[in-house]
Amino acid sequence: MSKKGVWVLVGVGLVVSLFLAGFVSFYASSEPDGLEKVAEDQGFLATAQDSANATLPTADYGIAGVDSERLSGGLAGVLGIVVMAVIGFGLFWLLGRSKKATAEKQGVDQESA
Amino acid sequence: MQVHTMHIPDGFINAPTSAVAGVIAVIGIAICLNGARKQLDEKTAPLAGLVAVFIFAMQMLNFPVAAGTSGHLLGGALAVILIGPYAGALAVSVVILVQGLLFADGGLSAIGLNIINMGLVTAVVGWFVFRGLVKVIGVSRPKVMVAAFVAGLVTVPVSALAFVLEYAIGGTGTVPVSTVTFAMVGVHILIGIGEGLITALTVGAVFLVRPDLVYGVHDRLPKRLLVTSNSVTTPANGT
Repeated sequence: MSKKGVWVLVGVGLVVSLFLAGFVSFYASSEPDGLEKVAEDQGFLATAQDSANATLPTADYGIAGVDSERLSGGLAGVLGIVVMAVIGFGLFWLLGRSKKATAEKQGVDQESA
Repeated sequence: MQVHTMHIPDGFINAPTSAVAGVIAVIGIAICLNGARKQLDEKTAPLAGLVAVFIFAMQMLNFPVAAGTSGHLLGGALAVILIGPYAGALAVSVVILVQGLLFADGGLSAIGLNIINMGLVTAVVGWFVFRGLVKVIGVSRPKVMVAAFVAGLVTVPVSALAFVLEYAIGGTGTVPVSTVTFAMVGVHILIGIGEGLITALTVGAVFLVRPDLVYGVHDRLPKRLLVTSNSVTTPANGT
């Protein structure tokens, strides 16, 4: 079951991630985060510059041209998950493909508590 | 939605410091690629992919921590506990790259700084804190969750201190380093509590269904938690 079990876990995790990024993110706090707040309070926020990428249609987790904030942010979240999935699974598959699962072997760990 | 997940933007830290940070980040990633290649196999690779995706999602979810301030998961501790230090640091680094390149979250010149603070520093600190704790207190679901909480909590103020160091070396602002240190550490201890909770709950959930997949305890699992050839033996008493 072990390999199949991993994919069940991964499937559930992907659905949860899509839900979080595509839907729940709308309800996230829009207050400045720790670093931004400190920069603002202490007076060095003004040294920040816009990212050279700030003009991207996907900048700031939105989709340019989509008026509904909920839809724009949700779509950006889903896009992010898709891109992350392609890069994440691709990268780690490449790194792990050459090796058969080793953790399956029984009793190899003498250290186990 | 007004997402404020602001990593270090361009401009906070001067160009030379940012460039050196970029070089350090590249070296760090190279070490992690090599380490992850040795560690990952066809069973653990899918989980590593999921961890990267999940951390991206969670970083969108800023939670309130104090009046007018929010925080979000960094994910370094969570990643290293689940998939090991090398793959864990890589997962967070991929998140930061996608955020910076696709969503303009965090400056382009600051990507190296952000990778060091949120990917590499949290991976090293989170790994050693977690491993040290489970070595002392042992391995059961509650104990692993406690260790995950503490590891998550500690990584956030330490990551904030990494920023302070970068600010001290190459900050363009005129605010004294001591002032920045005090403010950064204070608010990031609060954010660290949220980090610790999310880390503990997530690791606890994975440990419940597949304790053998929690890399941070893979060599310390009690025998009754080891995977048998076709099923997972779970503790009858739940310890």
